[in-house]
Amino acid sequence: MQKIESKNVNFYYGQTQALKDISISIEKNTVTALIGPSGCGKSTYLRLFNRMNDLIENTRLEGQILIDGVDIYEKRINVDDLRKNVGLVFQKPNPFPKTIFENVAYGLRVNGISNKQLIEERVFNSIQQVSLWDEVKDKLKKSAFELSGGQQQRLCIARALAIQPSIILMDEPTSSLDPISTSKIEELIYEMKDKYTIVIVTHNMQQAGRVSDSTAFFYLGELIEHNTTKTIFTNPAEKRTQNYITGRFG
Amino acid sequence: MGKSHLDIELKQLHDKTVELFKLVNSQLEKGYESLTKIDKNLALEIIEIEKRVNSYEIMIDRDCENIFALFNPLAIDLRFVLAVLKINTNLERTGDIAEGIAKFVKNVDANFDLDLLKQTRALEMFTAARNMMDHVLDAFVKEDADLARMIFTEDEILNEINKSANGVFAEYIRNNPDNIEQALYLLSIIRKLERVGDQAKNMAEEIVFYIEAKVLKHYEKIDPSVL
Repeated sequence: MQKIESKNVNFYYGQTQALKDISISIEKNTVTALIGPSGCGKSTYLRLFNRMNDLIENTRLEGQILIDGVDIYEKRINVDDLRKNVGLVFQKPNPFPKTIFENVAYGLRVNGISNKQLIEERVFNSIQQVSLWDEVKDKLKKSAFELSGGQQQRLCIARALAIQPSIILMDEPTSSLDPISTSKIEELIYEMKDKYTIVIVTHNMQQAGRVSDSTAFFYLGELIEHNTTKTIFTNPAEKRTQNYITGRFG
Repeated sequence: MGKSHLDIELKQLHDKTVELFKLVNSQLEKGYESLTKIDKNLALEIIEIEKRVNSYEIMIDRDCENIFALFNPLAIDLRFVLAVLKINTNLERTGDIAEGIAKFVKNVDANFDLDLLKQTRALEMFTAARNMMDHVLDAFVKEDADLARMIFTEDEILNEINKSANGVFAEYIRNNPDNIEQALYLLSIIRKLERVGDQAKNMAEEIVFYIEAKVLKHYEKIDPSVL
């Protein structure tokens, strides 16, 4: 069974159709990059996987999105449970105005976990998983705002990992970071693949090439091509894909 | 939309490669002339051109490296730069071969025996090798994979002459024991021309790879389990 499957997905903001008949299958423990010019629908598509678009008024979805074989838009689905399973990392690091420790513990507390030992264990593990432990172990009670942008973004990833999701969505997670911080996040994505299924939106072609197993190219709300990243970046089937990745779009 | 910076760099790389092609093909053309007329000045000219060929090789290598590092080319751009990198090496080696032939011409004492040239089909082979190189250049400039594929057939004549060379030369030497040195020189030239054919074929494979993303080299002579 595929980890994520979208079947003939159409999505509308009011009268505007943002996604047109998108069907993609994503295997477990892989990294999938969504690429395409601004406004092509890739972020909209990403946010369907944890129903973030539900928060926007006057939107409508047609078709199906299955996670582990279950249609996540069925009425019986508890959206909070879905979002526990599908974490989202945003473009800009968005730590809460809390301590480093509390940022990571936040998701656990709001989900009703009060066991102090369990919280501590999960927080420490998550911070270690994002290779931030050595940098913050002595200042866990300091404000998260004291961290650099790159550290803040890794903290946000740790926050997502603490609630033990199986899917991590990343919406241009390194676009505001310097090359060293970017490289750390990319290393992290590579390492996380063993435990999570990752879908990443990126404008950086080289990043897509470095971190992903498969790449989907979107244009004007359509899925133009989805294939292994190696194929997309060496010999794409579609002329439009080639024009985009070689910078000759338009 | 105007040409991007990468487009300009790729065009310059293309043009430099064409210039190198023309230099190397001119070496072969002069090689043919110098061989038929034992024109030692022309032979020296070929040896002199080799210095420019070597400089072009270094320059094109450097340009490819810069494009990889600075522009991270992808898809057809990536295949083009990869193909040029290999064609560059093939061209430099073809230039070396032409230089090698010129050195023989420089050292030979008298005009080659016309019978020897005829029996060994050396000039026919030389013409075929030059045609192949002209067609490779044509395929590269026109980005024509079909034209590139025709080069594989053209190589057959070179292989055929090369294979029959041992017997032909042995017989010539038996009948002309006083002209062994010339025969040996010419046999070496035939071996070198056969390698020109191989280089042309390699370049044709790279052109097909660049245009169609198809790998033709080592056809059927591979261990699929390794790939």
